[in-house]
Amino acid sequence: MLPLLTNKRWLKVTAFKPHNNRAWLGVLPVFLIVGFSAVIPLMTVVNYSVQDILDFNSRFFVGFQWYRDTLNDARFVDAFIRQIGFSATVLAVEIPLGIAVAKGISKTSRMTPIVLVLLALPLLIPWNVVGTIWLMFARPDIGLLGVLINAAGFSYNYTADPLHAWLTLVAMDVWHWTSLVALLSFAGLTSIPAPYYQAAELDGARAWQVFRYVELPRLRGVLVIAVLLRLMDSFMIYTEPFVLTGGGPGNSTTFLTQYLATMAVGQFDLGPAAAFSVLYFLFILLFCWLFYTMVMRNDER
Amino acid sequence: MNVNVSRWILVAYGLYLFLPLYWLMSMALRTNADIVGEFSVFPVAPTLANFREIFVNPVWYQAFGNSLSYVAINTLISLAVAIPAAYVFSRYRFLGDKQLFFWLLTNRMAPPAVFLLPFFQLYSAIGLFDTPLAVALAHCLFTVPLSVWILEGFFSGVPTELDEMAQMDGHSFIYYFFRVFLPVNRGAIGVTLFFCFMFSWVELLLARTLSGAETKPIVVVMTRTVSASGLDWGLLAAAGVLTVIPGVLVVWFVRKHLVKGFALGRVS
Repeated sequence: MLPLLTNKRWLKVTAFKPHNNRAWLGVLPVFLIVGFSAVIPLMTVVNYSVQDILDFNSRFFVGFQWYRDTLNDARFVDAFIRQIGFSATVLAVEIPLGIAVAKGISKTSRMTPIVLVLLALPLLIPWNVVGTIWLMFARPDIGLLGVLINAAGFSYNYTADPLHAWLTLVAMDVWHWTSLVALLSFAGLTSIPAPYYQAAELDGARAWQVFRYVELPRLRGVLVIAVLLRLMDSFMIYTEPFVLTGGGPGNSTTFLTQYLATMAVGQFDLGPAAAFSVLYFLFILLFCWLFYTMVMRNDER
Repeated sequence: MNVNVSRWILVAYGLYLFLPLYWLMSMALRTNADIVGEFSVFPVAPTLANFREIFVNPVWYQAFGNSLSYVAINTLISLAVAIPAAYVFSRYRFLGDKQLFFWLLTNRMAPPAVFLLPFFQLYSAIGLFDTPLAVALAHCLFTVPLSVWILEGFFSGVPTELDEMAQMDGHSFIYYFFRVFLPVNRGAIGVTLFFCFMFSWVELLLARTLSGAETKPIVVVMTRTVSASGLDWGLLAAAGVLTVIPGVLVVWFVRKHLVKGFALGRVS
C-alpha cells in the first residue's frame, strides 16, 4: 500500500558539512552577546540560592537548605502540578488546531497574505493587554463572552469558580498562541514539493492518507519548533494570568512563575526564590532536552 | 483531513479570533462609565476621546517612542549577530556546535521572572539602567537564540552549490555573502525580523525592570494607568488598540516575504 509514499529514501538530500573550527568566528558575536545576558545573571541567581539574605550587607551561607525547603514546599509542588496540567492542555489543543487552521488557508489565493496578517494579530498584542482584553471580555456582568455564556443558560463566573477560571485561561492561551502554530504549519505546508502530492495521486491515496504520509512527516521540522516554543512559553506564563485571574480564585490558577514572583518581588525572599528559580530552570531544561534528543535520535534513524 | 472541513475550522477560528478583538475596539470607543455600566454589544455613544487623550498626552506618545526605540535596537542587534552565526551553523561542523546550539536554546527557556533582580543589578552596575540599550540587550537573551534557530533552518535549505558557484565565478566571499546569499534569503530575514519585533514588543517584565522614568515603555505606562486613575478601561483599550498598529505595519511590509520566506524554510 502506498509504495511511493512509504519509501522515505527518494528525494532525500543529505547535505555534507565540512568540519572547520574557524566557523567559531561566525558564532562568536552571538556567544558574547547572549553570554553576557545569560551567564552573569544565572551565576548571580545560583549565588543567591545558597545564602540567607536579610539585606545586601548581612547575608549568610546556608548551603542547600533553600533547595530542600523548596522541594518540600507543598505550594511549590501544587504550582508545579498545575503548571504541567496547564502546559499539557494548551499544547494538546493548540498543536492540532493550529495544523487544522493552516490546512484551511489557501496556498494560492490573493487573500492569503491578508489572512496571514489577520492571524498574526493576537501575537502582536502586549501580554498585559491580552490579559486585560480577556478580563473584560469574560466578565459575567459586562463582558461579551461572559454575558453570552450566561444568556445561554450556563452559570459562568471565572472570578469565583476555579474550573471556569481554568477554562478561561486555556481559552485565552488558545486565542493568543494558536496563530503561531498555524503560521509555522502553513509555512511547512507551502514548502512541500509538488512531486510528493503527485506521488500520492499515483498511489491513489485518500485525503487523510495524504495528510498522514505526505504532510505530517514534512511538517515535523516546524512542529518541533512550535512544540518547543509553546512548551517553553506556556511554562513561563506570567503576565496574562496575573492580569486575568491574579492566580485565583484561591490558588487555583497560580502557576510556577507567579508563585516565584510573589516570593522574590512580593516578600523579597531572595534566597528561596533563587533556589526555586534554579530548580525551575533545571526542570524545563530537562523537559526540552528530552524532547530535543528524542527528535534528534528520530532524525538520525 | 478534508479541505472543506479545514476551511470551516479556519472560519470558526477566525470568528473566535475576532470577538475579543472586537471587544477591545468597542471598549476603546466608549467612555469608562459606558463600559462598567450597562452591558451592550455596540457602543451606545461612540467617542474618540480615549484616542485623543493618548495623542495629546506626552506620557503616552513618548512611551510609544521609547518602546519603538528599544525594539528597533534589539531587532538590529539580533539580526546582525544571528545572520553570520546561522550561516556557519548551516554550513560547517565545528567543535561544540551541537552543544552551543542547545545552550542558545536554553536561554530561550529561562523564565524572565527568574532573572529580574540580577538583570537590574547587572545593568545598573554597568550604567545602562534606564536606557533603551539595556532593554534591547536584555531582550537579546531570547530574540537572538530564536533568530539563529529560524535562520539556520532557512539557510540549510539553500543548496551549497550556490556557495560553490560564486566561488568559481571568482567572487570574494564578502561579495557573495552580501550580494547573493542575503538577497536570496530576504524572505527568511523578513520572517526573523517579524519574530524579533514581536517578542520584544510584547514583553513586559524585563522592560519594566530595566526602564526608569526616562524610558518608560508603552506596556509599562499601561499597567500604571490601571493602578493610578482607578481603572480607566476605555483609555487602556485605546492604548491596546494602538499597540497593535506597529506590529501590523511590520507584518504588512514583510507579508510577501512571510509567505515566500516561510515557504523556503527547512521542514524536514
